[in-house]
Amino acid sequence: MSEETPAPLWEVFIRSKRGLSHNHVGSLHAPDAEMALRNARDVYTRRMEGVSIWVVPSAVITASSPDEKDSFFDPAADKPYRHPTFYSIPKEVQQL
Amino acid sequence: MRSSGQIEHGAALDDPFAGEAAAEVISDRHEAEFQALIDSDQRIEPRDWMPDGYRKSLIRQIAQHAHSEIIGMQPEGNWITRAPSLRRKAILMAKVQDEAGHGLYLYCAAETLGVDRAELIDLLHQGRQKYSSIFNYPTLTWADVGAIGWLVDGAAITNQIPLCRCSFGPYARAMVRVCKEESFHQRQGFESLYALSHGTPEQHEMAQDAVNRWWWPSVEMLGPPDAESTHSAQSTAWGIKRYSNDELRQRFVDMVAPQAVVLGLTPPDPELRWNEDRGHYDFGEPDFEELRRVVSGDGPCNRQRAAHHLAAHEEGAWVRAAAAAYAAKHPATSAAA
Ligand SMILES: [Fe+2]
Ligand SMILES: [Fe+2]
Repeated sequence: MSEETPAPLWEVFIRSKRGLSHNHVGSLHAPDAEMALRNARDVYTRRMEGVSIWVVPSAVITASSPDEKDSFFDPAADKPYRHPTFYSIPKEVQQL
Repeated sequence: MRSSGQIEHGAALDDPFAGEAAAEVISDRHEAEFQALIDSDQRIEPRDWMPDGYRKSLIRQIAQHAHSEIIGMQPEGNWITRAPSLRRKAILMAKVQDEAGHGLYLYCAAETLGVDRAELIDLLHQGRQKYSSIFNYPTLTWADVGAIGWLVDGAAITNQIPLCRCSFGPYARAMVRVCKEESFHQRQGFESLYALSHGTPEQHEMAQDAVNRWWWPSVEMLGPPDAESTHSAQSTAWGIKRYSNDELRQRFVDMVAPQAVVLGLTPPDPELRWNEDRGHYDFGEPDFEELRRVVSGDGPCNRQRAAHHLAAHEEGAWVRAAAAAYAAKHPATSAAA
C-alpha cells in the first residue's frame, strides 16, 4: 500500500473544439504518457468535451510565484498608453 | 501531510526570509491579503499563501468528498449486473462511471494543497478519514437505484451547487464539473422511480418501500443540525461554506417534497406539509443520533464498504506494478521524476 511509489502526476489540457486553444482542466496520475492520455480521455471527456488532449508531467512546469506578483507584473501597471482608451480622438472621427 | 516547504505540486512556498520576527510580520501581511481576497469574493489558488487551518480544513473536506464519490459507487454498482433492461444498465454504468470521475476530480483538487492521493486513500483505509453516511445503507431492491438517484443525488446537488462558488479555486472548478453531470443522475433516478411507481402494484410498492428507507438518511446526509455543526462558523468565514446545514436541508426538502407528489409516492414523514407563512415545507426532526452512529462506523454497511474498497485497492496492486514496470522500460514516454 503505502510502500508503492505513486504514479507521477500529469496536468491535462483539452481543446474543447476546433479553433480554440487547449485549456487546463485538472490533473491525474499515470505511469506514462500513453496511459495519462487514456486516463485523461476517460476522466475529462466522457461527454465529448474535447477534440484534442495534451498531458504534461506536472514536475516540468515552471510557474511564477504569487509572492513576486507585485514586482513581477508591476512593469505593466504604469503603462496605460498600451491601451487604446489612453488616446483622445476628435469626435468627428467615428471609427479608429 | 507535508509541510508547505516540501510541496511540489502547486502549494505555497516558504518565505526565504530568516528570523522569526520578520516571518511574523510577513505572515500578518499574508493573512490580511488572504482575507481581503476572500472578502472581495475572489478565489484562492494553490500557490497563494493560506492559513494552515484553511489548508487542513480543505484537505479534510475535499478528501472526504472524494472518498464519498468513490465509496458511493458500491451501493449502485451492486445492481449493474441485474439492471432490468439494457437501457437501464447502460445508464447505471454511465452514472457509476461519473461517480468515479467525481472522485478523481476531487482527489486532484486536494492534491493541489500538497497531499498525495495515496496518503488520502491510506487515511480512508485506516478509518481516519470518513465519507458520507449515506453510502453505509444497503441497496436491497432495484427500486433503491432510482431512490438513490432521486434523493441521494438530489441532496448531493443541494450541497454541491453552493460549493461551485467556494473560495478555493480548484475545489470550486471541480464542483462546476460535478454539478453539470449530477443533473443527469437525479433525472435518471426520478424517471426510473416514476416508471416503477406507475407500473404494477408490486412495482409501486417496491418504489414506495425504497423511498421509505432512503428518505430519512437523505435528509440526514446534509449534516448535523447547525447548533451542533463543529466546523461551520470558520468554514463560513473562509468562504468554503455558503449556507448552513439546516438551510441546505430546507432547500432539499422544498425541492423533493413536490416531486414526491408527481411520483405518486409518500415520504415517510407525517409532519411534512407546506407552510404558507414560511414559504417552505415543514418537516419532522431527523434522527441525528442515527446519523452520528452511522458516521462513526456503526451503520448497516460500514465494514462491508471499507473492506470492499481495501480489497479492490489491494487486488489492483499488480496492475499498477505492471504499468510502472512497463513505464520504466520505456522511459521516452514516461514523466522523468
Ligand atoms: Fe457524484
Ligand atoms: Fe451523482
